[in-house]
Amino acid sequence: MIQARVRKQFAPGEESAAFSLDVDFKAEAGITVLFGPSGAGKTLTLDSIAGFVRPDEGRILLDDEILFDGASGVHLPARARRCGYVFQNYALFPHMTLRGNLEFAVERIPRLERHRKVNEMLEKFHLAEVSGRRPYELSGGQKQRCSIARALIGSPRLLLLDEPARGLEAPLRAELYAVLRQVREEFQIPALLVTHDFEECLELGDEMLVLREGRVVQSGTPRKVFEYPANVDVARLLGVYNLLPVEIRGLDPGRNVSRLRYQDFELTGPYFPGRLIGDRVWLCIRPDVLTASPKDGSLGTNQMPATLVRAVEKVERVRLEFADDVAVELPRPAFEKYQSVKDWVIEFPSSGLRVL
Amino acid sequence: MPIDWFPLWLSLRVAVISTALALGVGLWLAWILANRQFRGKEVLDAAVTLPLVLPPTVLGYYLLVVLGRNSPVGKIYEWLFGEPLVFSWQAAVVAALFHSTPLLVKSARAAFESVDRSYERAARNLGASELRLFWRVTLPLARRSILAAAALAFARSLGDFGVTLMIAGNIPGRTQTVALAIYDAVEGGNGKTARVLVLIISGIALMVLSVANRLTSSPYGPRQTAL
Repeated sequence: MIQARVRKQFAPGEESAAFSLDVDFKAEAGITVLFGPSGAGKTLTLDSIAGFVRPDEGRILLDDEILFDGASGVHLPARARRCGYVFQNYALFPHMTLRGNLEFAVERIPRLERHRKVNEMLEKFHLAEVSGRRPYELSGGQKQRCSIARALIGSPRLLLLDEPARGLEAPLRAELYAVLRQVREEFQIPALLVTHDFEECLELGDEMLVLREGRVVQSGTPRKVFEYPANVDVARLLGVYNLLPVEIRGLDPGRNVSRLRYQDFELTGPYFPGRLIGDRVWLCIRPDVLTASPKDGSLGTNQMPATLVRAVEKVERVRLEFADDVAVELPRPAFEKYQSVKDWVIEFPSSGLRVL
Repeated sequence: MPIDWFPLWLSLRVAVISTALALGVGLWLAWILANRQFRGKEVLDAAVTLPLVLPPTVLGYYLLVVLGRNSPVGKIYEWLFGEPLVFSWQAAVVAALFHSTPLLVKSARAAFESVDRSYERAARNLGASELRLFWRVTLPLARRSILAAAALAFARSLGDFGVTLMIAGNIPGRTQTVALAIYDAVEGGNGKTARVLVLIISGIALMVLSVANRLTSSPYGPRQTAL
């Protein structure tokens, strides 16, 4: 288990604004994703744990060993931390063969044992046939597997992955995810994975931490974060939600009803505990929960007229973007008949409305 | 009159020894300048560069003061080896060393700094000590640039005139290097010797420079970037 409380201040530089990192979390075996926009402090957190960066204060505990403790001045050098690190550009030594890269990581152990271990890793990551090649002679997938194998061969207690999927095309990405799932099964150690791709969180993450401006703003399982973003910033980071500024006009706990005003349109929703009439909040709703149909005559409850601005093709769906910043996703067949229609009616479900 | 080949051999011997010494001192200084942050780093950097810009006579004067028979260093040397350092061929090595080390430090520092930091981080992360990191990662990755730097230092050692004259003198058959011999030959109207030595030195320098140029092209296929 890894427990980290890390604080670090950066004074504003000539080209950079001031930044402060202040995170506190723990992670068990399995993949914990550090998710957030660039500049949120994700890689800095990883580098603090690996020992490349010295925090100002805090404490980093790996299993029962103190890697860093600000109060007592303990700062274990990177070489003594036994944290496997998969670098963004792999950082495979270009002057060594693939086998040489693996051997470098286990040079301390006796030759026979070392040979056995290297072979075992080469087999496990399907690299045996290319073990004599240099990194520049390897394919992207092979380099990637080699960097993961090298990070794991020394039996680390923790695996750190810095945006391993960045810049990979789709097939390689799928291959990487398969490898990482295999690693999760076989090695049973905590892994911290940095990404700003939410799909990757859903696909790989057992847990996730959402980082923003150097702080952890939400944690939990990726599914839970996705369903219940803690605040409007997290919802915005996920990049899937409609976020509409609304004013609460009525609240009735008895009938479990509320009235919301969005521009000059009135919506009915469930009762929102802890809110007051007059509060300005964000209505947070996924585009695939909304439905839309061409406008024909009268409007029912929670039906809002809207003008179509553009239709964006997705794999199985079409994303309709309307004026007033509302987007709706429809199955392709539902839209195809009405391609030329401009005036639509958007229907909000009255039960599924959430405000942040 | 036959050509006296002694100056050529002496110059080559001086250049080889001084390049070897310059590599030892220069790599160490370059590594420190490239990797360590400490107070007075700018001063050290400037001090290392100084011999490049000072007139040779000024540098020679300093060395005479520091290494002369009455100086502590000179006395220790004389006590150790039984003869004074100044006006010996060993002094020509010192002169060449001061002439060439700054160039080597400059290029070696740039070579160390051009090694991608992520390789060094990876090595540390995989449990390598700083020493192993240097020998197994940084030095091999910077190897070609460093050999190129050594070649330049060698060529420069071969060509020192002023500092050698100041501290080793111009004693034919003892401390007279090629550069000094050419000067003497021209002064003494010995045109043939001057021409031959000039051509040989130019040829060696040209060869060394072309080797250095070839070394600085990248060894590991196209330059290693993200993918």
